Amino acid sequence: MPTPIDPEAPVIEFVDVEKRFGSNTVLKDLNFSVRRGERVTLIGPSGSGKTTILRLVMTLEELTGGYIFVDGEPLTHREKDGKRIAVSAKEQKHLRTRIGMVFQQFNLFPNMTVLENIIEAPIHVLGQSKAEATAKAHSLLEQVGLPDKADQHPMSLSGGQQQRVAIARALAMDPEILLLDEVTSALDPEVVGDVLNILRQVADTTNVTMLIVTHEMSFARDVSHKVMMFDGGRVVEEGSPEKIFSDPSHARTKQFLSAVLRDA
Amino acid sequence: MMTLTPLATAQPSGESTGNIWDWDFALEIFPEILTAFIQVTLLVTVVGTAIAAVIGLVIAILIRVLPSPLAFIVRWAANFIRMTPIVVQLLVLYYGFTWMDPLLIGFIVFGVHYATYMSEVYRAGIDSVPKGQWEATKALSMSAGRTWRRVVIPQALRSTIPSLGNYAISMFKDTPFLFVISVAEMVSVAQDLGAQTFRYTEAITIAGLIFLAASYPTALLINRLEKRLAYAN
Repeated sequence: MPTPIDPEAPVIEFVDVEKRFGSNTVLKDLNFSVRRGERVTLIGPSGSGKTTILRLVMTLEELTGGYIFVDGEPLTHREKDGKRIAVSAKEQKHLRTRIGMVFQQFNLFPNMTVLENIIEAPIHVLGQSKAEATAKAHSLLEQVGLPDKADQHPMSLSGGQQQRVAIARALAMDPEILLLDEVTSALDPEVVGDVLNILRQVADTTNVTMLIVTHEMSFARDVSHKVMMFDGGRVVEEGSPEKIFSDPSHARTKQFLSAVLRDA
Repeated sequence: MMTLTPLATAQPSGESTGNIWDWDFALEIFPEILTAFIQVTLLVTVVGTAIAAVIGLVIAILIRVLPSPLAFIVRWAANFIRMTPIVVQLLVLYYGFTWMDPLLIGFIVFGVHYATYMSEVYRAGIDSVPKGQWEATKALSMSAGRTWRRVVIPQALRSTIPSLGNYAISMFKDTPFLFVISVAEMVSVAQDLGAQTFRYTEAITIAGLIFLAASYPTALLINRLEKRLAYAN
């Protein structure tokens, strides 16, 4: 039996996280935690390590130092007798199935139809029946506004439609944690709003914990409980969106916000 | 397997007139050359291509998933086979395994030799699958087996079909090497017919035309397959 989950306990916890690519340290001494149902947006200039944080949670990057806990369990390494010991592949997979990710470039499988993209993992990873997974996929497609695209191939859809399918695919796994990595950065400006509205609706109607990297500041302001400003691999400032966007205390945050808001 | 039989009936009727091309003779020997084509040349090509396509994929996947010392051994073995002539490989098996049917040796040598070429094609195909596809499979916690079967291989194959087809045609044109292990493939049958009657022109020309007649439509077919495998729009 899995240990019961304490609703008050952090769902994601970073402890002394360090990430190096070769000799280049991208994240250093990073400590923060995200509570269940909390939506946290990471902002900051490119290269500040925001996307790396999401990729570490999804185990797409190797953690070079420190620990990440999901539901209190170690995601990549545990400490034993003062040493870092890698967790088994099975333990990691068990945690990973609770995490979903939507990518900047959608990453739909072009050789499968929209429906096949959505039902593949629920059937073969979660063990759902085909009928169950298909019914859920159709309702998710309805939810993202693409009820008639189930049998199309991703390449015949526009970028905005593909991203909506990618959101449906991630939600089909019923994730506890949803990682959104610059999900509108590759889209034409006129469809950004559609995709963000769907995510706003997901935020309003579910209790999924979200870790968001975005340059859409009004979206960040609307959906986040907390905003964290990164620079040079460190948290410069964090707080409620009202505080960060209206009254940032750090000079670096002010400078960053004035630059991105001027562009908007 | 076909054997070379002396051609008792076919006599060059144009011998006395000294014609370069004798239609009657050509028509007479055509069935025998065509039979050799179907029973040996085509058979070895089809079976050899099937073996090469499967083993080539296995080699490419092994090199990708095995721990590096083992992957190194597989790569080294594949290079060794690729870098030695097919004729030598045929002869080694022919004299080394005398109990083996020469046609079986043909299947094995053509299949394995071309598998090493095709493995390189597959490898390029696998490398061409974008990193984001692998990341999506991981984000969905898909197993390694499902990832290969449902995502990587189907996408890798799409870009490899033309090259695999070209190797199949290339194998087809290498089949005359089978003469070194005395398999009566089409060209040696044709040459034999020529030798018996001293009319090489008809026999060899017919063999050449049969090669052309088979290769060209195959090339067109590969072309169509390539288009069909392309994704929607």
